[in-house]
Amino acid sequence: MSSAAPVSRSFRAEIVENSSRGNSFKLLAVTPLTGTISPEPGQFYMLQAADSYDPLLKRPFSIFESAGEQLKFLYRIRGKGTLSLSRLKEGARITIIGPLGNSYPDPQGDFIAVAGGVGIASLFPLLSKHAGKAHLFYGARNSDELVFATESGTLVKGISIATDDGSAGEKGFITEHLRHCLGALPGPAHRLPVYACGPTPMLKAVAQMAHERGLSCYVSLEEHMACGIGACLGCMVKTVSGQKRVCKEGPVFEAGDVVW
Amino acid sequence: MVNLSVKIGSLALKNPVMTASGTFGYGEEYAEFFDLNELGAIVVKGLSVTPRQGNPTPRIVETPAGMLNAIGLQNIGIKAFIQDKLPFLRRFATPVIANFFGDTINEYVRAAEELSAAGGVHALEMNISCPNKQAGWIVFGTDPKTMEQVVSAVRKTTSLPLIVKLSPNVTDIGCMARVAEQCGADAVSVINTLTGMVVDIKKRRPVLANATGGLSGPAIRPIAVRMVWEVYKAVKIPVIGMGGIMTARDALEFFIAGARAIAVGTANFINPVAPVEIRNGIAEFLREEGLSDINDIVGSLSITPKT
Repeated sequence: MSSAAPVSRSFRAEIVENSSRGNSFKLLAVTPLTGTISPEPGQFYMLQAADSYDPLLKRPFSIFESAGEQLKFLYRIRGKGTLSLSRLKEGARITIIGPLGNSYPDPQGDFIAVAGGVGIASLFPLLSKHAGKAHLFYGARNSDELVFATESGTLVKGISIATDDGSAGEKGFITEHLRHCLGALPGPAHRLPVYACGPTPMLKAVAQMAHERGLSCYVSLEEHMACGIGACLGCMVKTVSGQKRVCKEGPVFEAGDVVW
Repeated sequence: MVNLSVKIGSLALKNPVMTASGTFGYGEEYAEFFDLNELGAIVVKGLSVTPRQGNPTPRIVETPAGMLNAIGLQNIGIKAFIQDKLPFLRRFATPVIANFFGDTINEYVRAAEELSAAGGVHALEMNISCPNKQAGWIVFGTDPKTMEQVVSAVRKTTSLPLIVKLSPNVTDIGCMARVAEQCGADAVSVINTLTGMVVDIKKRRPVLANATGGLSGPAIRPIAVRMVWEVYKAVKIPVIGMGGIMTARDALEFFIAGARAIAVGTANFINPVAPVEIRNGIAEFLREEGLSDINDIVGSLSITPKT
């Protein structure tokens, strides 16, 4: 990276890694070709999916890790865009916009993190930044989709795992496990703030649980978006204070603000 | 030195690259990516007299080389635009074109009045792709009679340059352009989005919450170029071309087909600096071709058979 290069949220980057993690996840590492802005945990980037107009739109991905000059993204192959992205080889160049959106507010001490599936991608930098402070509840469909559980485990105070099929950790939803454990956490743990990222039904359940116990709770939301910078109004979410853009006022919202 | 300046009625643009309404917000989001003074004009998101909440999500779905949107004309309303957004836009030496719409003729007239009186709005672009509530949901821009009524009424209201944004969802767009011209429009924008639908085959339901949406992006470009050409032949007023312009090469097709200016829309979502790259590319092409003025290429399309 040249120090004289202009710093912009729109930049080109070279792919240095695009490797498989389990059957359906991949880890993409890129080196920006110009100066970039350092991301905060919870922020995201819009990544060019292909070198053609089909798919046309960039795709939003949470920052997974920002190490030195490299930016890393953990993603699940779900549709046309992520499939195209998964085929890009080392050395290929793509355009990126970011970092975008807001970030998780810094926890003042210990906190609870709840990750559902690929939601770990958004929470991982928060666990990293506040190493040794989190109780992590990590749920996935099965053990294969429980990526970076070992690495996450080294960053936290404790980790609880649940899978839908019981192939790792407890059998069932992580929210059920969280409900069971909340009362059993040591000391003042029942007052810890909760940070969650995962499927909407999971976030809704976590928000409800936090509300019942009077815990502060922050959720990272996902919506279809075209631009990622607040212009298209494609990604609106209903909040108690009106509609908000997930890409601009979010993706992190106070759970109590969201109209579920 | 290549001349890129063009005139749209009495409105002088330093270059012919505008932003398409609904793809550029009110300019603020893009000011972080480039100097808005680089633009020929800023066309802001469509405004109505009262704020609109728009449609439920999902509002966006991707299509082959395009996208469907059903934002539902969500906007902050003209009053908030004048108070909160115009002061920012006035800082730039780039004309501001306010796109506006209404459900009734009276709403169009009120919107035009308020925007004309605001100061800092240099031209108006009428979106006539909305259903007319009073006329039983006939879309203003697809029925020549309702279109005549609304354009004439707005023309009497404002002395600002008036641009009518035509709907492509008609049989004869040249005919609609002539109606706009006869009613006193200073220019026409060609084209608005095409109505489309994407179906979720598992759920047997439309993907968009609104069922249908407006198709934009490179997928519609050949249709837009054809319609610009038809409109160019039908009217004397300037044509502003738009529809899937991603690169300077795309833009040049529109100029050759008859556009005096062009607007960049969906490309803004994918590449926030697209308008500047397109402007630079146009200048470069003219230099390469030995041309000194963008106006020389407007309508230069030849369709006579090769001999």
